[in-house]
Amino acid sequence: MASGRRPEHQAPPEVFYNEDEARKYTSNSRMIEIQVQLSQRSVELLNLPEDKPCFLLDIGFDCLILDSTDVAIEREVEGDLFHHDAGQGLYFKPGTFDGCVSISALQWLCNADKKGHNPVKRLYKFFSSLYSCLSRGSRAVFQFYPENPQQVELITMQAMKAGFTGGLVVDYPNSTRAKKIFLCLFAGVVMDKLPKGLGTEETNNEQNTVQYSGQRQRTKVKRGKSIKNTKNWIKEKKERRRRQGK
Amino acid sequence: MDLKLVGSGEEEVSNVVVNEVDFNPEFISRMIPKVGRSEGLPAEVIPDYENDEEFLKKVHHVLLEVQVEEGSLVCPETGRKFPIKNGIPNMLLNEDEV
Repeated sequence: MASGRRPEHQAPPEVFYNEDEARKYTSNSRMIEIQVQLSQRSVELLNLPEDKPCFLLDIGFDCLILDSTDVAIEREVEGDLFHHDAGQGLYFKPGTFDGCVSISALQWLCNADKKGHNPVKRLYKFFSSLYSCLSRGSRAVFQFYPENPQQVELITMQAMKAGFTGGLVVDYPNSTRAKKIFLCLFAGVVMDKLPKGLGTEETNNEQNTVQYSGQRQRTKVKRGKSIKNTKNWIKEKKERRRRQGK
Repeated sequence: MDLKLVGSGEEEVSNVVVNEVDFNPEFISRMIPKVGRSEGLPAEVIPDYENDEEFLKKVHHVLLEVQVEEGSLVCPETGRKFPIKNGIPNMLLNEDEV
């Protein structure tokens, strides 16, 4: 994470998330905070029924579990762990889970780290098997870091092909750092609309968001001088020159 | 297809740990229809299990508290073994098995 480059470009997950890298996620308080925030927001987007206990599937980067079992245990993971490659499909009984969350893992599936890997097929296999192990009417929320719009297109297309409905929810779309992208998928039930992203115009009208993005604004006007050759401008110029004694 | 649990050697499942987990009768009741039936268990679940606390506690113990540390899961059809290490089953397939 320390370097500006995307981790997916550096090495396959089982190499990149070695013991040192994985340990950062459990010892670095800032990274923990981000992970916690992302998880809380994802669970919020899952919109679980409040009156009954739910059984959830959390899909993370597998390496964290395989190579650094002790790391996962240190953070007191509740529930059962499972080592598997999501691109090979999930094999659970149909309708097992009431929801699925995944933080920063989905973009890894777009990579071909091994000779036999085909990202399109792997994504489709993953989504179709996920669809069957979710109970009807449940949701799956993936927070991920797409590299480019094509990647988003690739992922959503495979998800729709597998039968999911839903789409992207973007939190703080106007910020480069706080911007977070969530893929919200619904299994079985067509929802009327997606939840709103945080920091969008509908949820809060903060001063720092762009109010009239469709309209060109003359921002220069505010900085002292009026627009050239207008009556105001001529008056101001005369006044300025007079003050300068000319 | 339900996988079958076996020990790491020829012997029984080795190294079983029991962790205490908070008992949530509602959660267990919801899980019962989702759990598969295997040999040694009655084919039908007892009627009115939602209100049978003793039964739910037993299921709770088996489902959540008993953890197999070492052993393997075996596919009854192909005989493929999935090893369990440190309580985590490794379900990774090799390149040629995908």
